[in-house]
Amino acid sequence: MSGPGEPRGARAFVIGLPFGWLLVFALLPLLVVLAISLAEVRVGSPPYTPLFVWGEGLLPRFNTTGSNYELLFSDSLYIGAFLSSIRIAATASFITLLIAYPMAYAIARAGENVRTPLLMLVVLPFWTSFLIRVYAWTGILNSNGLINNALLNLGLISEPLPLLHSEFAVHLGIVYSYLPFMVLPIYAVLEKFDWTVLEAAADLGAKPLRAFFRVTLPLSLPGIFSGVLLVFIPALGEFIVPELLGGPDTLMVGRVLWTEFFSNRDWPLAAALAIGLLVLILIPALAMFRLTHREERA
Amino acid sequence: MMSTFETAFEPIIRIENVTKRFGGVTAVDAVNLEIARGEFFCLLGGSGSGKTTLLRMLAGLDLPDEGRIVIDGEDMTATPAYRRPVNMMFQSYALFPHLTVEKNVAFGLQEEKRSKAEIETRVREALDMLEMGKFAARKPHQLSGGQRQRVAFARALVKHPKILLLDEPLAALDKKLRERAQFELVGLRERVGITFIMVTHDQEEAMSMASRIALMNHGKIVQTGSPRELYEAPASRFVADFFGAANLFAGRVAATDGDKVSVESAAAGGVLRGVAAARFKAGEPAAVMVRPEQVRLTREAPQADNAVHGKITNLVFLGSHHVCQVKLGSDKTMLAKLSPAELAAAGSFAQGDAVYLSWPVSAARVLPE
Repeated sequence: MSGPGEPRGARAFVIGLPFGWLLVFALLPLLVVLAISLAEVRVGSPPYTPLFVWGEGLLPRFNTTGSNYELLFSDSLYIGAFLSSIRIAATASFITLLIAYPMAYAIARAGENVRTPLLMLVVLPFWTSFLIRVYAWTGILNSNGLINNALLNLGLISEPLPLLHSEFAVHLGIVYSYLPFMVLPIYAVLEKFDWTVLEAAADLGAKPLRAFFRVTLPLSLPGIFSGVLLVFIPALGEFIVPELLGGPDTLMVGRVLWTEFFSNRDWPLAAALAIGLLVLILIPALAMFRLTHREERA
Repeated sequence: MMSTFETAFEPIIRIENVTKRFGGVTAVDAVNLEIARGEFFCLLGGSGSGKTTLLRMLAGLDLPDEGRIVIDGEDMTATPAYRRPVNMMFQSYALFPHLTVEKNVAFGLQEEKRSKAEIETRVREALDMLEMGKFAARKPHQLSGGQRQRVAFARALVKHPKILLLDEPLAALDKKLRERAQFELVGLRERVGITFIMVTHDQEEAMSMASRIALMNHGKIVQTGSPRELYEAPASRFVADFFGAANLFAGRVAATDGDKVSVESAAAGGVLRGVAAARFKAGEPAAVMVRPEQVRLTREAPQADNAVHGKITNLVFLGSHHVCQVKLGSDKTMLAKLSPAELAAAGSFAQGDAVYLSWPVSAARVLPE
C-alpha cells in the first residue's frame, strides 16, 4: 500500500537498499562458501575443483561431493573441535553473565550523572585493538609475567603457575573480551526497569533476595538472552583467543578452520567447517528469536 | 485535634513526631497523627506536601529520620516493608508485568508460605469479589486501566492486611470510571472492615470517600477532621481555600461576642459577622469566609446580618447549579452558587443587574489572617 504523493519508486528504493546490501554482502559470499564446501581439494588456483563443468549439451554437469561433510562427522578431530567449542563458549558465556549482571545492575541503579561515565569505562577498552588487548594477557599470564612474578616475590608459590596456554586462559580471554557485549544489553533492560515493582514485592512480603529472583531476574531475561547470544556466538568461532592464550590441546573450531584454510590449503574442508559452525550458531539464534517473539505475544 | 471518634478512639496507627528529609528538603516535618481502627482516613495535600512520603513511611518503603511509627501497638519505625502488616496499592499499580493476574494476586501469599489450596481459594475469592475472576489468566498489559486497578487492589487485599495504604488509587482512571471506583472503594472498605489510608490531591475525592481527613502543607498537618469539619469550619485561610470555592474578606476585628465576631472589612464595605473557632481581640487582622452556596441573591435590600451590594458580571449555568459572579463596590468579585429552584424563587437575573448578596452569621467563618 503506497501512500498518496509517495512515488512507488522511492519506496522500493528505501526498502530495496538494505535487501540489496544483504544480498551482495551476506548471501552471495555465503553461497560461495557453500559452493566451495561441496567441491574437492586440488593443487592449483583456485585450490578446489569447479562446481559445475560445461560439457556437451546445453546444461552444465554438476560436480559436487559431500565428502567434506562426511569427514566432519566421522573424524574425531572435527567433532571434538565442535564439542569443545560449544563447551568453552557455554561456560565462558555463563561466567561472563555472572560478572556482567551485577555490573549492569549497579550501573542501572547508580545516579543518573554517573551512569554515562560508568558505561564509558565499560566500552573504553574497545578503543584499543582486540588483538593487542588479548596479546597483552600473554604478558600478564606468562610464567615470568605479572601474576607469576608477583606471587613468586610474595613467596606464595615456589615455581610459576602454568597460567598461559591453558583452557583457563581461554576462558579468561573470552570473558574479558566479550564482557561489554553482556553488560550493555542487560543494562538496557534494567535501565528501563520500573523499580516500583520491587517496592511492591517488598510490600507483599518478599525479602530483597527473593524479590530479585521472583521479579528482577525474570524481567531482565530479554537482556540476558541477548547478552548470552552476543557472547556465545562469537566465542563459538573465536580464533584469536585460543590461538594466543590456549594450549596446543585447546581445540576450537575457529582454530581448526584456520589451520585447514591457511596451513593445509584445504579450502573445501575449511568451508565445510564454516558451514557447520554457521548451523551451530543458527540453533541458539533461532531459539532466541522464537523465545523473544513468544514473550512479545504473551 | 478535632475528631468524630471521641468515644472509643482506638488508634491502629500512632505517628509520633515523625520527620523525613531528602537532601536538604524536609518532606515531612514533625508530624503527629493517630488513625483509628476501621477508619477510611485520607492524607490530602498538594504536590510536595509530604503526604506520599508519610504514606511510604507507614509502608516501610521510606524510613523516618526522627520520630516513631507505632502500628497496632508495635513500634515499627525501623521494620522493613516485607515484615509490616500493611499493604500498599501503588499509584502506578506496580503490577508484575511478567505474571498473570492470578499469579500477581498470589505473590504475597506465596511469600507467606501458605498452602497451595489456601492460596488458590483466597486468590479466587479476592478476584471474584472484584469481578476479575474471568481475567485470571491475563497479563497486566492485556487489561484496561480500571481492570489493572482492581488487580492491584486484590493483590493488596488478599493478604488480609491490618491496614491498606492507597497512593492516589484513582488518579490513573478516567473521570467516569473514577466516580464509580470511589463508591466501590468505600463499599469494599465497609465489607472487609480494615483500616484504609488514602493519599490524594483531590479534595472532592477525599471528601466523598474519607471518614477523616488530614490536610497537609509543606510537610506539616494543617488540620485534621471530618470532611464536614474541614469544609464548614476551616481553621485557616489555607484550609478554606483548599476545600472548594470560598469568598474571603480581609479586615480587622471590630467586636467580639462569645464565638460571634464582627469584622470591619473594606472589601465588603462595612462590618461582617461570623463564627470563630479561635479567640480574637478587637483590632486584630482576620478574614471572613463564606461558601458560595451559602449566599442568597435578592434585588431588594434583605433583612440580614451580612449583606453586600454589587453588579452581576457573569452568570454561568453548570447543569446542576448556576454560578454567579458579582462585582462589589470595592471591586472585589464574589461568587454565589444557586440551584435552579433558588434562582427561580429570586426572580430572573441577568448580567449587569444590581443585586444584594446576603448570608446568615452561622454560615460565615472568621479565620485568623
